[in-house]
Amino acid sequence: MARTDQEPLPRDDGAGRDTAAEPAVDLTAASEAAIPLVPAEVVAQTLPEYLRAQWLRIRSGDSGMLPVIVGLVIIVIVFEIISPNHVFLEPVNLVNLFQQSAVFMVLGMAEIFALLLGEIDLSIGYWGAVGGVIAVQLVQPVTTNWPWIPAIIVALLAMGLVGAVQGTIITRLRVPSFVVTLAGYLIGNGVMLIVLGFGPFSGYPSLTGFSGNLHALHDLMWATVSPLLGWIIVAVIVGLMSIRLILRDARRRRSGLVAPPVSLTYLKIAGMAAIGIAVVSICNVNRAAIGVVEGVPYVLFIVLGVMAAWSFLLQRTRYGRYVYAIGGNPEAARRAGINVAMMKTIGFALCTLTAGIAGILYASLLGGMSNSYPGGQYVLYAVAAAVIGGTSLFGGRGKIAHGVLGGLVIGGIYNGMYLLALAVQWQFIVTGFVLIAAVMIDSLSRRAGVSGAGGR
Amino acid sequence: MNEASTGEPLLKVRGLYKSFGAVQALTDVNLDVPAGQVTGLCGDNGAGKSVLIKCVAGIHEPDHGQICFEGRPVRIRNAHDAAALGIDTVYQDLALADNLDIVQNMFLGRERLRKRLLDEDDMERAAAQTLANLRVTTVRSIRQPVGSLSGGQRQSVAVAKAVMWNSKLVIMDEPTAALGVTQTAMVLDLVKSLRDRGLGVIIVSHNLNDIFAVADRLAILYLGRMVVEDLTSNFDRQKVVEFMTTGGTGDTTVAAFGNGMVGRGTD
Repeated sequence: MARTDQEPLPRDDGAGRDTAAEPAVDLTAASEAAIPLVPAEVVAQTLPEYLRAQWLRIRSGDSGMLPVIVGLVIIVIVFEIISPNHVFLEPVNLVNLFQQSAVFMVLGMAEIFALLLGEIDLSIGYWGAVGGVIAVQLVQPVTTNWPWIPAIIVALLAMGLVGAVQGTIITRLRVPSFVVTLAGYLIGNGVMLIVLGFGPFSGYPSLTGFSGNLHALHDLMWATVSPLLGWIIVAVIVGLMSIRLILRDARRRRSGLVAPPVSLTYLKIAGMAAIGIAVVSICNVNRAAIGVVEGVPYVLFIVLGVMAAWSFLLQRTRYGRYVYAIGGNPEAARRAGINVAMMKTIGFALCTLTAGIAGILYASLLGGMSNSYPGGQYVLYAVAAAVIGGTSLFGGRGKIAHGVLGGLVIGGIYNGMYLLALAVQWQFIVTGFVLIAAVMIDSLSRRAGVSGAGGR
Repeated sequence: MNEASTGEPLLKVRGLYKSFGAVQALTDVNLDVPAGQVTGLCGDNGAGKSVLIKCVAGIHEPDHGQICFEGRPVRIRNAHDAAALGIDTVYQDLALADNLDIVQNMFLGRERLRKRLLDEDDMERAAAQTLANLRVTTVRSIRQPVGSLSGGQRQSVAVAKAVMWNSKLVIMDEPTAALGVTQTAMVLDLVKSLRDRGLGVIIVSHNLNDIFAVADRLAILYLGRMVVEDLTSNFDRQKVVEFMTTGGTGDTTVAAFGNGMVGRGTD
């Protein structure tokens, strides 16, 4: 909403005039300049061509996920070298790192809904926690003693409702999302403390105890599938995704459309398989000093499930297309007959609902909820995770997977600092610098896009 | 006023009023747009051209008055209504989302679905077909983001987007304002080809060269009123400028062009 005000339409037109005004510029010349912005898959027929197109794109500033992957590699190398006894890459630490990162990842995915729409949501840190507290309170045996599935559903629905209310205020009353969600941040903090105070728990409802429902919530983060089952699940996932890729390419070729080079498809499949094998191998190592703790933790599948569901929604459905259109040019979306206010409201509802999932995972990680939950810090980590992952702060550009990668970067820094026994202030400072670097990359790629294309 | 065509015009606007707060943007405006002809809509800044086309396109709802399309009175409340009738508009700012690719932009708001999911392949084929029909061949890939296109290419995409829906009436707001000489010629050819296919075209322009090059009829707005509507052949440039700057009243104080083209009374 704010963007339309800042970028009046006539200026758009002026920008177009600048590039197009020189007479007799032939269109092919202009499109030469534009090559780097074209997705490499659509211009390349062979693998070398693909790599060259990809390289041109990166040089023009549209680096996609490259910075976050490079960042992850740097984090891994640095912490592996400087951590005591080089424990960073030990399986026990890697699994631990993933569990810590899961909350950041899911919060990051939540924030991406708001960012794609060209908005921001500062309230999800605390509202997410409210979702966690609701679920934890509902399953307490001495009070409500709900089964865990309805408890989670009610918690998530409540969060969806909160998001819908915030979204309605933002879109119908035209209040900037920054202000509304800042208010939501404070209100959420208060509501969290109130709900924490219910029952005989003095603000610390816990997930430890003998009730199966308590265990179920605790298991979200801590339980694992057996090593064999881990292999089977991952094989099925990789297999299904590979078949989908191959079938899609085949269908496109059959109907005369451009498809990515076959070698690239096989490389992608090999990459997925390699990642799957690495993850299961690491998770299947016995992590306990005494006894046996092994297997892929449930939380990995929860994160993958959230990622798959929201990626599907954003990439394959009409709703997802509208989210990107609104983020790219709200006026164009409105003129195309899209109900912008409704789509944005749904986006905010999904954002807060997803944050509720993160809150439940947080409760599971800590084995309960307490009033020391750092919601303010977490919402900033959520924005940081999304932006570090490659989602633009300016709307319309980004993918759900960015939240996962960015969350992994935040979790990696968090974990590495912890291993070094560095004080929390250094963790803040390092995370801050990483965020600045990510935002700089975002701004630079935007500028490169504008100068290269003559568009906005 | 002699009508250019016999029979009912494609679009007939009668007695249209529209105000924004205290500002009366349109007062008792009439307009006829026949099929198979290009109607040039002229007027100085603030004359109400944009408001008028937005009323027809469903962006604004008029306060009063009647719009008839294909002989039937219609109510156009939003862009969907307009699209359902076959009225499509290419705005001056083109209304393209830079982050979406050409196919996604062309189908924005009217995506084709298969099993409730986006049918990308089908949309891609249809978009390629439309671009080929319009002889837009310079784009490297229709899967490239619109933000990476040149001004002329963007205009072509916007036109293709408007005409791929079996439109009956295409409204173009300053289609050549951002373009160089070659690209202007290309767009004007596009306008002529739309007309030759039997579509009604409204072209809003400041540029009298463009108007005289393609418009069969002219309609001139002055301060929210339709002052004249006639065949282009009944005008010369000077007369058009007079109507645009004085509303044809001969009130020379309004005509501040300063290059000798002052209003002189029309009768």
